[in-house]
Amino acid sequence: MNVFDIIGPVMIGPSSSHTAGAARIGRIAYMLLGQPARRAEILLHGSFAKTYKGHGTDKALIAGIMGMKPDDARLRDSFELAKQAGLSFEITTGHLEDAHPNTAQITLYGEDSRVSIRGASVGGGNILINRINGMAVEISGQFTTLIVLHRDAPGTIAHVTELLGSNGINIANFRLAREQKGGTAVMTIEIDGDAGSELNRQVAALENVLGSTMLKPI
Amino acid sequence: MLNYNTIAGLVEQAEQTGKPVSELVLAQQAEQTERPVEDLYEEMRRTFQVMEESVTSGIDPDLRSTSGLTGGTAYRMQQAVREGRTLCGEVFGGALTRALAVSELNASMGRIVASPTAGSCGILPAAVLTLKEARGLDERTCVMSLFTASAVGMVIANNACLAGAQGGCQAECGSASAMAAAALVELAGGTPAMMANAVAIAIKNILGLVCDPVAGLVEIPCIKRNASGVANALCAAELALAGITSAIPVDEVILTMKRVGDTMPSALRETAEGGLAMTPTGRRLFKQVFGT
Repeated sequence: MNVFDIIGPVMIGPSSSHTAGAARIGRIAYMLLGQPARRAEILLHGSFAKTYKGHGTDKALIAGIMGMKPDDARLRDSFELAKQAGLSFEITTGHLEDAHPNTAQITLYGEDSRVSIRGASVGGGNILINRINGMAVEISGQFTTLIVLHRDAPGTIAHVTELLGSNGINIANFRLAREQKGGTAVMTIEIDGDAGSELNRQVAALENVLGSTMLKPI
Repeated sequence: MLNYNTIAGLVEQAEQTGKPVSELVLAQQAEQTERPVEDLYEEMRRTFQVMEESVTSGIDPDLRSTSGLTGGTAYRMQQAVREGRTLCGEVFGGALTRALAVSELNASMGRIVASPTAGSCGILPAAVLTLKEARGLDERTCVMSLFTASAVGMVIANNACLAGAQGGCQAECGSASAMAAAALVELAGGTPAMMANAVAIAIKNILGLVCDPVAGLVEIPCIKRNASGVANALCAAELALAGITSAIPVDEVILTMKRVGDTMPSALRETAEGGLAMTPTGRRLFKQVFGT
């Protein structure tokens, strides 16, 4: 804990969980898509579903999806800005099994890509992304995080971690999930300190790696 | 080595070194985060500037919250101060105005500093900026006082909590009020021991305050509790600066806040299932906003 955990964050109100956290979840989806979103489909669950209007959760999510941070003063006008930017969106409410009360499921469509995430706002503006494209992950956004989509083939994890190690990078957390044996799998690697985008390109170029995204701490 | 386990520990270090608590905290934080002192100061200075902006933007007769339930009270309070219609004069009226302004801005999706939470964001800026104006303090003094305030917040977080869902409003507006009282004492040139007494008095005065937001929104009664929180901070700081001490030592008071929070029913901890949220009017306003 440090002083800025107490006096901070600087954020757009009214709620750290329902507004700032929502913007962060949207922003992770934006970063994972890697290009401007043309269409967003959002499903809200639990307290998010019940109270999103009063807390501006919907506006915060759209702002995040457009790449805005939780302290961006344009957040309250995000619907209008989305219209100008050619982003269409649909927000619905429903029930998600085994989900945290403040959960949003977001599917984004870009020019030639698509990503789907499920994220929860777990208090004080902190978030946890727990699914990417249906696969279980755990991303807090507090570390620099590499999300590596790859084929479930022997040696792939070793190649990736070896590359990190040879670049002097220490792994703080590692998690692996796969759809099925031999199918697509995803590594979530939270690292200490920072890493350049060059490293991300090198990871993406490794054998059996389908794609790699580096998220900076949010 | 400075730690944030007890307020008594902070006071002891300050008395031994003869340095203000804020300076000790800044030095310790630089060491802990491996960042230069100037860097941390600069980040706090920018934070302070956001606080100043949030007061200015929040005093607006046309400001309305996203739900439409609240807005415009900071402006009304300011008018009363300007026209000399207040009971307690400019300093007190100015503090109430600023607390309402920041809190209303928060409810209307404006930019604020959570201090320590969004729901209690008006109290600390109101206290510091009011004394800045009343005493003609420079920016550096004010920014430094925020380090003292955050040290108090860290001790409370380590021994109790800062979330209404966990400890009720005493944990949010109460903690903010205690942090503001500490900042006020340092700004007024009080001793570290006076600071500790101000924290104790501020928390004692709001012990047991429930978190019962109408429709679950950070508006009713939160906005007015921010005004009340800065009033309480002024009260606690005034008493401590006059040399009045708390019979119950501050660290025992903080632990009491934790125990009171633990025994508080869940209906009174930010669930909107008790207190003012469950009044006939509270229920009606819920329907008005959410339609169900």
